[in-house]
Amino acid sequence: MPKTMVLALVLAAGTAAAAGPTPTRQAELNHLLIHDCGSCHGMTMKGGLGPSLLPQALVERTDDDLLASIVEGHPGTAMPPWGPLLNPGEAEWLVRRLREGAGLK
Amino acid sequence: MTLRIGDLSRRLGALTLLTGILAVTGCAAPGDLRGTNDLGIIIERAKGAALVVDTTARKPLGQVTGLGDLSHASAVYSRDGRYAFVFGRDGGLTKVDILTRKVVKRVVQAGNAIGGAISQDGTLVAVSNYKPGGVKVFDSATLDLVADVPADYGPAERSKVVGLVDAPGQKFVFSLWDGGEIWVLDMVDRANPKLTKFENVGLNPYDALISPDGRYYVAGLFGEDGMALLDLWHLDKGVRKVLSGYGKGEQKLPVYKMPHLEGWAIAGNLAFVPAIGHHAVLVIDLLTWTEVGRIPVHGQPVFVMARPDGRQVWVNFAIPHNDTIQVIDVPTRKIVKTLTPGKGVLHMEFTPRGEEVWLSVRDTDTVMVYDTRTIEPVTSFPADKPSGIFFTDRAGRIGL
Repeated sequence: MPKTMVLALVLAAGTAAAAGPTPTRQAELNHLLIHDCGSCHGMTMKGGLGPSLLPQALVERTDDDLLASIVEGHPGTAMPPWGPLLNPGEAEWLVRRLREGAGLK
Repeated sequence: MTLRIGDLSRRLGALTLLTGILAVTGCAAPGDLRGTNDLGIIIERAKGAALVVDTTARKPLGQVTGLGDLSHASAVYSRDGRYAFVFGRDGGLTKVDILTRKVVKRVVQAGNAIGGAISQDGTLVAVSNYKPGGVKVFDSATLDLVADVPADYGPAERSKVVGLVDAPGQKFVFSLWDGGEIWVLDMVDRANPKLTKFENVGLNPYDALISPDGRYYVAGLFGEDGMALLDLWHLDKGVRKVLSGYGKGEQKLPVYKMPHLEGWAIAGNLAFVPAIGHHAVLVIDLLTWTEVGRIPVHGQPVFVMARPDGRQVWVNFAIPHNDTIQVIDVPTRKIVKTLTPGKGVLHMEFTPRGEEVWLSVRDTDTVMVYDTRTIEPVTSFPADKPSGIFFTDRAGRIGL
């Protein structure tokens, strides 16, 4: 499936789920972000095997671009597609969290 | 000799006093003295702390704090088994006295680190770094810098370094994730380190291990199927690719957690290793370095570890299957038990002779102890987001 089409679907579904994840699910997603994304990007998001995900490191990246990275991963690198484990609204929520500064202080 | 009464009473008085002193000080000492070979540490990753644990009493003895960012942490031990060297994500190298449970010294030696090793003679500690990519070697007594080895490859490129191990002959061996190289650092003359490089060993070595006898260094390749093998007895023969065909024709699954090769399970002539991107443990014949079997398992393996006697292999898995452990019986190569200790089983460590295994279960903030004969839980205790478990018997083992 072409990349743009996947994104279109993701975005459409994301809008439909504009209410966003429930508080319980938000806690799970935060946990995923800190501990599972954190395995490679660091629990502080300062980077590791993967690059830094601190807000200042992401200023050049658009939301769509970040969403695509999360959902589809980067084939040929260690970044897997997280799409199979997330619904589109959840991936969007993760992008917002990264923008706010999601890492452990 | 004649003894007058006055003398005697004075002497008795002195004796009583002496006995009293012994009761207060001398007699307390035997209770304080202890060996360390049944101790260990458990990393509390979110807190920058470690628990010092006693595997005989099966409980924590206390906590050491101030170890920095431990998102990815590991530890090695001084050869007397008293000091743990803890390697943190933030480039911190911390020397911890596990008897007094105090930080002896801490240096932040890089921006971003991944692991370390201690030399054969115990005098040097090496750290592998992501940023700036390379290896730094420190004096284990003082943590003073002894050697700095930047992982330069190609024109003006620096690689993240992974798979750092110690090897006999006062060597450190490591792999370049970005560079696809394996380097051997000879520290016999610490003022003049000698570096031997092997290029083009394969795409993205992600971790490596050394066989328990210290002879074979094997790097797993993330970017392609197969492993890169270096025989340290015959460096002149170079690195060769083994197991190139193991994932052939199969769709790889997304890899949500990089597998680890530390503590590669070696049982007899067979080695058990995680297959990257597949729900399988590969069985390798160490005489021919070929795949002789494949055991389908519950998820993508992260750690595949043999009980010290080699009779069982315990496997944990990447998310979303990280609530499960499977136990493989080596002679039959069958899964004999599937356990669900809880979400986020991150690491396991066998007691020195393998009668028990300790598991850290991150999401339930618990450490669980299992009897490996019955494969039943023995006890558990709370720990804050526990990850790596490192027992002191590692002090006497090559490559750990």
